[in-house]
This record gives sequence, C-alpha cells and structure tokens, in this order.
Amino acid sequence: MQWETVIGLEVHVQLATQSKIFSASSTQFGAEPNTQACALDLAMPGTLPVLNQQAVNYAIMLGLAINADINPLSVFERKNYFYPDLPKGYQTSQLEEPIVGPGVVNIQLPDGSHKAIRIHHAHLEEDAGKSLHEDFHGMSGIDLNRAGTPLIEIVSEPDMRSKEEAVAFAKKLHAIVTCLGISDGDMSQGSMRFDVNVSIRPKGEQTLGTRTETKNLNSFRFMEEAIVLEVERQIDLVEDGLKVKQETRLYDSDKKQSRSMRSKEEANDYRYFPCPDLLPVAIAQDHIESIRQSLPELPDAKQQRFIDSYGLSEADAAQLCDDRATADYFEIVAKETDDARLAANWIMGELSAKLNRESIAISHSPITASQLAKLLLRIKDNTISGKIAKQVFESMWQEGSDPDDIIEKQGLKQLSDSGAIETMVDEVLAQNPDMVDEYLAEQVEKKKKKKFNAIVGRVMQASKGKANPGQVNQILQQKLSR
Amino acid sequence: MHTKTIAELVRGLHNRDFSSEELTRHFLRRIEQLDERYNSFISLTAEQALAQARQADQRLADSNETSLLCGIPLAQKDIFCTQGVRTSCGSKMLDNFIPPYNATVIQRLNDAGCVSLGKTNMDEFAMGSSNETSYYGPVRNPWDRECVPGGSSGGSAAAVSACLAPGATGTDTGGSIRQPASHCGVTGLKPTYGRVSRYGMIAFASSLDQGGPMTRTAEDAALLMNVMAGFDEKDSTSIDHAVPDFTTNLNNDLKGLRIGLPVEYFGDGLDVGIQNAIEQAIKTFESLGATVCDVHLPHTNLAIPAYYVIAPAEASANLSRYDGVRYGYRCEDPQDLFDLYTRTRAEGFGDEVKRRILVGTYALSAGYYDAYYRQAQRIRRLIKNDFVAAFEQVDVIMGPTTPTPAFKLGEKSTDPVAMYLGDIYTIAVNLAGVPGLSIPAGLVDSKPVGLQIIGNYFDESRMLNIAHRFQQVTDWHKQTAPGIDS
Amino acid sequence: MAIDREEIEKIATLARIKLDEQQIPQVTQSISDILALVDQMQSVDTDGVTAMANPLDATQRLRPDEVTERDERDAFQGIAPNAESGLYLVPKVIE
Repeated sequence: MQWETVIGLEVHVQLATQSKIFSASSTQFGAEPNTQACALDLAMPGTLPVLNQQAVNYAIMLGLAINADINPLSVFERKNYFYPDLPKGYQTSQLEEPIVGPGVVNIQLPDGSHKAIRIHHAHLEEDAGKSLHEDFHGMSGIDLNRAGTPLIEIVSEPDMRSKEEAVAFAKKLHAIVTCLGISDGDMSQGSMRFDVNVSIRPKGEQTLGTRTETKNLNSFRFMEEAIVLEVERQIDLVEDGLKVKQETRLYDSDKKQSRSMRSKEEANDYRYFPCPDLLPVAIAQDHIESIRQSLPELPDAKQQRFIDSYGLSEADAAQLCDDRATADYFEIVAKETDDARLAANWIMGELSAKLNRESIAISHSPITASQLAKLLLRIKDNTISGKIAKQVFESMWQEGSDPDDIIEKQGLKQLSDSGAIETMVDEVLAQNPDMVDEYLAEQVEKKKKKKFNAIVGRVMQASKGKANPGQVNQILQQKLSR
Repeated sequence: MHTKTIAELVRGLHNRDFSSEELTRHFLRRIEQLDERYNSFISLTAEQALAQARQADQRLADSNETSLLCGIPLAQKDIFCTQGVRTSCGSKMLDNFIPPYNATVIQRLNDAGCVSLGKTNMDEFAMGSSNETSYYGPVRNPWDRECVPGGSSGGSAAAVSACLAPGATGTDTGGSIRQPASHCGVTGLKPTYGRVSRYGMIAFASSLDQGGPMTRTAEDAALLMNVMAGFDEKDSTSIDHAVPDFTTNLNNDLKGLRIGLPVEYFGDGLDVGIQNAIEQAIKTFESLGATVCDVHLPHTNLAIPAYYVIAPAEASANLSRYDGVRYGYRCEDPQDLFDLYTRTRAEGFGDEVKRRILVGTYALSAGYYDAYYRQAQRIRRLIKNDFVAAFEQVDVIMGPTTPTPAFKLGEKSTDPVAMYLGDIYTIAVNLAGVPGLSIPAGLVDSKPVGLQIIGNYFDESRMLNIAHRFQQVTDWHKQTAPGIDS
Repeated sequence: MAIDREEIEKIATLARIKLDEQQIPQVTQSISDILALVDQMQSVDTDGVTAMANPLDATQRLRPDEVTERDERDAFQGIAPNAESGLYLVPKVIE
C-alpha cells in the first residue's frame, strides 16, 4: 500500500515585546527564577489584565504578511485547565474570534517547486511558565518568568504532504516573523515552537485519517525527526491492522523516541468562554492601513528583488532571505563590494559554514558585514588571492581584527611585481627540467594543461601563495612557448 | 458620636470638635466591646488605624487640606486587598493571605486620608445572601440577632447599622450591597458597572462585580463615591467616563421626576408589609413632585436563571487560581499534583463555593455551553434591553430591594435555591450593569425595609439626589437598631 | 436538568475538587435543583439575540509596551506555602 502523509502545523511564536501581554513585567530571557513575575503573572487575587498594544500591532503585522484578514473585533477567551505552570488555572487565549483570520503562506521546496499553504487563523495568547524537574526533595520547581509572554499561534490547514514541506513552511514562517521583527526567532530560547499534527491515508483517499499531535518541538530538525518517526509509527500500526489513536505525543530528541503524554485524569475539556476581565479588541481599518504602510519588505518581495537587482539565482536568493539578519548582512556586503555574486558565495559558503559549526547566529557573527566586504575588496583589487582570503578570514574570525592589518602583519599581500615573478618562474623551471620536458613532450591537450598547472603550482608554492596567479600563468606561458 | 453621619463627622473634624484619633479610638472601642454580638469584623487593625488617624490629624492641621474625608474611619469589606493586612475574602482558602498590594479602592481611600478600622465579614468569596457561608461564622443582624444581616456584604451592613463604623465599603454581584443594606436599615449603592475599579477586589463574577459605599445616608454615600469612583488604567473594564461631584445635585428639586414601578416587582412572593412600605415611600415622592407610572421589565423572571449560569461560570474560572501553589491554603502532605489540587480546594473552600464552582464548570463543559452559557448571555442582553426601554419612559425605577425582611439564621442555609430566589429584585440590575441603590423606607415586624432605586447608566448622581430628598422628609434612615445607644 | 452521579464526579475532577463519598448524593441533589432553576431559560427563544459579555459593550483599552514592574519576588514568596531557591515547589510534575 502506498501511504500519503498529511501534516498540519501549529506554530507558537513569542513576540518580541518589552513587557508581557497582560502585565508590565519584563519578557527578557534568562533572568533569575520568578524575578520577572509580578502579582498578575502570579495570579494574585484581585489582579487584572490590561492588553499590550505592541502585541496587537505585531499580530496585525503578521496577519498582513500572510495576506490574512484582520478581525475588526477579536475576543480573548479563557482556556481552563490546571497545571502548575499556569497560575490562573486558565490560559488567556482566543478561540471563536481570533485576531487574524484565514491567510496563506507560499513555500518553496528543495526541488525549486512552489506550494501555497493555507493558514486557518492566528491568535494571540499568553505563554505559560516552566516546570523545572531537577530534584527538589522529589518535587518540581515552578518558574513563572515566562508566564504571560505574548505568543501568536499560527495554525495551518493540513496542507503539507511531506516533512520537506513542513520544514519549508516552518522556515518560511521563521523568515516572515524575523523579517517583520515581531520575534527574535531564537529557537534555542523557545521563541518558536511547533506542534505537529500528522495523519496518514492511502494514496488517493480523500478523507483524512486520525491524527496525532506531537507537541513542543523547538527546532526544524526535531520537527523533521518527529514527523519521520510518527509517520513510520502510524504506518506500522495500520499495516498491523491496528488503529491510530487520536492523542497528544511528546518527542524525546535525545532518545529519538516519542510517547503518548500521560493521559490526564480525564479527557481535556477546556471550557472556553470569553474572558470577562478583557473586552473585545477593536481594530480600526485605518490603523491596519497605517501598519501596512510601515511594513518592512517581506521575504518573498525581498527574494524577488535579490534576483532582479543583484542577479542572484532563485535558490541563492531564497537562502539569503531565510532570515532578515542574513539578508541584511548580504545587502551590506553586496553594496560595499559592488559584487553581489562574490558576496553571496562567501556568505553562503565560508561564513555560514563557520557560523553553523560554532552555532552562532549571523547577528552575532564575529566578522561584521563591513569587515567581510573589506576582505572581499582585497580579492577584487588583487591584493590577495581567494585562497589567501580564506586564511585572512580565519584570522579575522579568531582575532576580530581588520583584514588589512592581518594582510600587512602576516605579509600576505599578493606579489604582482612581474620582474620578481619572472625570477621566481625562472628558478622553478631551472630546478625542474624534467617537468618542463614532460610538458613539452605531451601531445594530448588535456594532459598538457594538467602538466602546465602543476608547474604553476610549484611557482605558487615558491611564492608562499602570494604570487598573482594570473601573472604567473601569463609569464609561464610565454617562457614555455618560446 | 457614633450615630453621626459622615457629613456630620466631616464638619466635626474640620471644626476641631474632635480629632481623627479620638474618633478612631471611639469606634475601635465600640467594635472591641460590641462586635462579639454581631461578628461583623474578621480583622481589626487598631494600630494601623491609629497611625492613619494621627497622620490624618496632621493633614487636617494644615488649613489647605482639601480632602473632605480626611480622618474619617471606615470599615473595609474583606474582599478588598489591603497591603500588609490579611485579606481572607471570608474563606479558609485565604485565611493566611496577606496581600503585598492595595486594591485601587483602598488606595484611593487611603490617599484621601480615610482611616481603615478593619476588615468586615462576608459570605465566602461573596457567594451568599445571608453571610452564613463565611469561614469566620455568620454575622448577626443588629435589628434582630436571630436574623441574618443579608449578604454578601453583611459584615459591612451590620457594622454601619450597629454604628461600629460610620461607613463601609461593599461589593455587589447580584445584590450583595443592596440586600444587606435593606436588611440592616442602611443606605447602599451599587454603581454602574465599570464606575469603581475592580483592581484588587477579589473576583467572584468579573462581569457583574462592582464595589460601592454602605453608609447611613445618601449624602454619605455621595461623599464616599467621590473618592471611590473613577477610571483606573489597571482595570480594563473600568470606564473612562467623567466622574461628577456626587454631592452637587443632592438638593435638586424632584418636581417632574418620572418614577417607573415595574409591575413584575410587585407580584407574588412580595411581603405585604414591604409592599405597603414601598407604596408609602412612592407617595412621599409624589408629594415631592414626582410622577409615577408602571413600567415593564418582562424578562425579570429570567434574571435568576441567567445569573446562576453566568456568575458560577465566571467564578469557576476566577477561583481556579486557588491551587495551593503560590499563596493561601495548601493541604497537608500532598501525594501528587492531583492530590494537591483536589484536597487543597476541597478543604479550603466551603460548600456554597464548591457548589457554584461545580455548577459553573458544568455550564461551560462540552455539550452544555450553548444551552447554558450562551443562552444566559443572550438573555442577559434581553434583560439589558428591558432596562434601556424602561429608561426611555422614566428617569428612575423604584421597587422593593428584597421580597421579605431579614430571615432567620439557618432558615434557608440548607436550601440554596430558596436562598437564590430572595435576590429576585436585585440580580437583573447587575446583569444589565445599571446602578442600584437601597435606602431604608420602613419597618416590618421591627425589621428594616429597603426601597430600591434603579437608575440609568452613570446616573448615580440623580439617584443620590432622589434618595437624599427622601431622607430629608423621612427619618427611616435615622432609626437605629434596638440597643444601639447614642 | 437532573444530573447524575457520574457527571458530578466528572465535573468535580475537572474543577479539581475532591468529593467525599458520603457528600456525593447531597451535592448531586443540590446541583440538580440549581439546574432545574436555571433550566427556565430553555423555554426562551433567543435566536438572533447577540450574546452580551459586558454590560456596556465597551472595547478593550491598550497599554503601552513598557516594563514598569520591578522584582518583588521576596515579598511574593514570603506568603508562598512552599518556595525554595526562588521557585515554587509542587509535587513532581509528570507530563
């Protein structure tokens, strides 16, 4: 039997506000436990919520970015359940009247094809605190610093058919929210988390199979792993004649296993109802328009502009537009070097490899865009070769200093004095008469070229890589054709 | 001194007839001597009160002091959070709860220089109409100590009635200011929803709760409203609506005032003695130049059913925070998380609170939401529309506050539905959000009768004017319970 | 609407309130009585009536995005039943 995978995503994005969604506590990550939890965050009796304007504006920005309708009147509801990281015993969320209505996100797949993923809606809600499971005499510790951090939850339709599509969608959302600046998108701090709904059905079948929800995946890779695992699990079940049970699952990224969440004492019944402490949120059309006017360039438009004005390939443009920091970095380097291709190659090659290896965000790169541009200019003006540039890049990364200083200090400046190069070439030819003979005797064009390059290599070696390779070629050509 | 109105005490303080400290000591002494009869206070804050009184005296020594209420002692319902002072809400759950913040109402009264004598007894989490659900025992009605004072602000009503405080704060979700005011023979105002900040006022049913004053006279209520009312940015449901000086119009002429009598408020179940007293009061208004006509509030009989869905539903969520984790009661030696929650809440809440949480949980649960909660919210709109239509014909609506005078302790405590039905005339006012006032208007079997004046949105000033004029030509409000010597 | 024992136990679990065995009949009875009172609503046709969540049909006011709260952990945890190392302690949380 051929199986088709059906995937829907619920993406929780922490909004980059200064204060919480309903209180004036700081949202900053990493503070001492419970030092950023005010009376309201602790659900002290009598405290009341007041909605953060910026959270609303960020939600509107997201809605506009995914071509969705903004609800002129949206309603906060209480989602009731008991959990120690949920101090009020309910989460303030939205259900019937979310702030952002249906929309669409266009994704690009690795094979270059495009697909539109429909968004069911996006709603504002508050984040919960954290339970720390280190052992406190057999108890858990509760830190409510995160409680009340604004989240926007983006709920897709079950439009994805593979893990590749799911990852492309997740990455696209990441690109959109970081581009808008409404979230730092820092997955290591939980700024973006995914719940994945997965079901399978025989290929060609129209009705959806029973789905499971794997919750709280906090990286693209874990999401991909969890999907693979869940699809396999469901296929195994069904092929064994068993049924998939609708349930919530947890993925353990260390063990590469998933398990059903301990079934609560009873089936969930969240008893949503409109929060009487908050009134309907009215959003005027002219407010939406003014936000639309000030919206930054979105990833799709940016990608197109990179293709049009920098002459990049679609794939390169897409990769550079993955997140705003990378795109901004590229634009600085491209402008300062006036060589977009060279800039793109270095950013997607050398720089991104190094950043990945050391798990550093481009926004924290030890080499700034202007520094990289300066380095590339030295390649362009023949001060150094591309090969030497990689050596300089390494030193810049380590020391954080200026490329010119490094070139100067380490004496890496390219040798362009043709007299000196000629002397070097003569020496190499004198020392390697057999190479010269072999070259001259060779008849096959391809092999002849290879032998020529070997001699060039010797010269470069002799110059410690500093000789201008073009000049070496030229001089050698003259000498050997004599 | 203790039978004086706040207005009289204000004059006495400003004339230096007595100091705030003397006044405060006088009331503290009375409470210490007499309150064991009534049980109207949960906590007495003598030291803090005297410190506040001395501060007020210093302020009063400065001739530029503009706060009229500076130096006036008051009693605070134990539902208002008071920084550093135990705030129990009448519950074992919060028996050890000392808030690190003040309710906005408390802060405003403090800033005005008022002195807080202590925290008054109340039905647990304001759920009750008799004060019998308090963890701290029932309050007794000063007019007949075998009878209930009403609830939930029964402690505040009894304290004012027994002259243990010249005024008190109360809260009203379904009649909790007006019904005890009626039963104890005092004046009690539930303002328009959103008029008085709910910040720091422990929530029962957020869309219905409203704080207000309980005093001996309408004039005193106006003085307290001048401090208590006003927009608060900490409360999203607080209304940014101009706050008048509520004393300005007190003496306005009532000539031409149009009074509506809802036919639904004078039907079966209304005590004949109360009906007579109310009719007498209406005649008084006619003699003051008002005209009277019948009005219809056709959905009145649906108010109690709708209320007993909406209030418990909101309460069921509002009270979820009492889980034994961050403050308040926690059960001994919880075995696991579920045990912590279920035992903490079983042991910390009383029967009526648990009953309402269960009703509210049921009304919101899957499969019942539309039939209960949504239906109740729609009926709520119909009830509001009744009032809107009535106020197109008349300026105010009048009727009884309660169908019967104060009942005996224990009489209804085992029959919740019988208890609920007693709130028939007060509940619709909360559902609609309009203001309601109860003033003493007679005695039946030596127990006070309350006249309810219902006004249009934000029309408290006119209601107080109407009540004040009535109190100038009658002396029901001056009658004190037997045994209250002057 | 009469409510049966099983439903009472279900909502008591949802509401996290432990009911003692001997309480259940009485609680079931009183809640059935209240529901009977409430059920008077069911006879009313409310089609086309907009549900009213707030008496004044007002809309939400928005707060500027500013941090004005300061750290008051010591005061807050001073009234906590069980706090240690800045954390609130609860019986082990198992997901």
